[in-house]
Amino acid sequence: MKSRFIKLKPSGTRIEVVEAGPPGSKKAKDLLYLHGAGGHMPGDPLIAALASKYRVVAPLLPGYGKSTGEDDLRDMLDVTLHSLDVLEALKLRKPIVVGHSMGGMIAAEMAAIAHTEITRLCLLAPAGLWLDDHPVADIFSKLPFELPGLLFHDAAAGQKLLTSGVRMEDPEFLKEFLVMNARRLGMAGKILFPIPERGLAQRLRRVTAKTLIVWGREDALIPQVYGDAFKKAIFGSKLVRITKAGHAIGQEKPAAVLKAIKDFF
Amino acid sequence: MKFTWFHLMPWPHMPDDFRQKYRSVWVDLPSRMYEPELGHGIYHQYLDQLEFAESVGFDGIGVNEHHANAYGLMPSPNIMAATLTRRTSKAALVVLGNSIALYNPPLRVAEEMAMLDVLSGGRLVAGFPVGTSMDTNYAYGTIPALTREKYAEAHDLIRKAWAADEPFAFNGRYTKLRYVNCWPKPIQKPAPPIFIPGGGSVETYDFCIDNTYSYSYLSYSGYMRAKLLMEGYWKRIEERKVDASPYRAGFAQVICVADTDAEAERLFGPHVNYFYNRCLHVYPGFADAPGYRTIKTIQTGALSQFTQAAARDYPNMSWKDLVDGRYIIAGSPETVRQQMEELIKSLRVGNVFCLMHVGDMPDEKVRHSTKLFAEKVMPHLRHLWPEWNDHDDRFWVHPMTGNRASLKVAAE
Repeated sequence: MKSRFIKLKPSGTRIEVVEAGPPGSKKAKDLLYLHGAGGHMPGDPLIAALASKYRVVAPLLPGYGKSTGEDDLRDMLDVTLHSLDVLEALKLRKPIVVGHSMGGMIAAEMAAIAHTEITRLCLLAPAGLWLDDHPVADIFSKLPFELPGLLFHDAAAGQKLLTSGVRMEDPEFLKEFLVMNARRLGMAGKILFPIPERGLAQRLRRVTAKTLIVWGREDALIPQVYGDAFKKAIFGSKLVRITKAGHAIGQEKPAAVLKAIKDFF
Repeated sequence: MKFTWFHLMPWPHMPDDFRQKYRSVWVDLPSRMYEPELGHGIYHQYLDQLEFAESVGFDGIGVNEHHANAYGLMPSPNIMAATLTRRTSKAALVVLGNSIALYNPPLRVAEEMAMLDVLSGGRLVAGFPVGTSMDTNYAYGTIPALTREKYAEAHDLIRKAWAADEPFAFNGRYTKLRYVNCWPKPIQKPAPPIFIPGGGSVETYDFCIDNTYSYSYLSYSGYMRAKLLMEGYWKRIEERKVDASPYRAGFAQVICVADTDAEAERLFGPHVNYFYNRCLHVYPGFADAPGYRTIKTIQTGALSQFTQAAARDYPNMSWKDLVDGRYIIAGSPETVRQQMEELIKSLRVGNVFCLMHVGDMPDEKVRHSTKLFAEKVMPHLRHLWPEWNDHDDRFWVHPMTGNRASLKVAAE
């Protein structure tokens, strides 16, 4: 996994892009990966797994990692257009566009707005819809120690992934977490706070991409009933459910997610 | 010195096992705990106390805005201030304040505050808080990272609306109005004095200096812990080369006065305990929504006081701990006088917001403490800033001088 930077014209926004791919292969298909509200995990297991088959290109949203420009993104349209600008600047060849959670919401918006450009779409437990009877959990008021249980079916293993082994009670970790979290979730809040819904439902009918939806059966953050709602809203889409997987489905079950993508596209 | 008697209007019937049963006094505490018919009497008792404070000589009486909060039962402080305009005639009405980013359009604040200023005959002090994260983000749904931009725009609109004598168009990012036309207009020109409640955001210091607003630190943890923050403010004042009028700053302090120190503990101990252990029991996840504070502010280490409160061990703090640590100023008139003098001088404040109704304190104790403070403490603190002649015209009200209707009502 390597990082490089691209500069968007004309805003001058600097975007960090993580890249990884199968060694020695120039023929691997391009895959654009858009992360969720938590950003990339240390040594992200999903990116690693996808890179065994695809050339993975994973830009970080402004406010995440070393990407800049978050002050100019205020609403869903800003974020969607920004992401389309990034896609254009990356010069990918008909990539599979994969988005997790918030990234899935952004990917779906991109596919709705630029439906002639995005032809292959994979949504991993995407945000963006709201069902009154099944409220999505409020991630913004959660304390660090509550996150593993919310994001993973196996909370203990999840905690290790999130912190790469550092103790969460460590004051230095907490201090750094506070600043990082304020930057990342401050940005995410513009499209997810207080309710992670910005009118996507009325635009999903515009999606013409071949679409795969993947959901963890134990998702405690966005219940899997939302998988059915997405499937219903996107014509011809397929829904795959994965057992013993929570919301961070790609990080918890990277091999199963890779298989679902390989089998579908 | 200016002393404002400030009410939070808490719900006084939270159960003894409140901390065990509920995670937060704010945001998600079920409202079934509120009993409206009991609330009727409580509201009127609280309003009576504010009126009583004027009668014993306080310069101002104060109210503020909170939402989904059992310790602050004033979602609309303007309604409370409006009732106070009728039966008071001298005290400044310190509305501290309206969370201007929450009103849609924020012109509503310009209108209501103009109404209050006219009703009171020019006695309004207008407070413009950003609002706590609990109120602004969690209870009222404002996007945390956009809160400050929205606030700045609302402020701009309100000041323009008060200043203009003709309708004008306002094309903001968050508010678009073809016809801004504020009827009525405030008596005080160009605007009532404006106080900004702040909690250590560095940007707020400059905002106050730029606009000649008074910076008000509304803390519940006492003046010793406020020193660092206020020093930051005064340092900024020096850097900006503006005068260091103490009336540029105010501080909120829990104060309990009795005949002796021992009597103070006996009278007020349980109510202080109720305040710190029930009223301030806020779930830390609600204290500071990510994006609410700027990165710069987080990096300077200014944590929300509710984040700090969660880190403090209030349940195990005794009366002695709270008094010795100066969380509260409590004791005989002489004890209170000494500590108040220390507070005023060490923080360099011309305004004190006196929190004298504490937690679930019954009416007679509130009045007893208030009267003792007014008669035996306040007179000795009046002249601590002689070089400023005890008053700074820029930071206090300018009541109308003509025939005032509200005086008649108050006299009846």
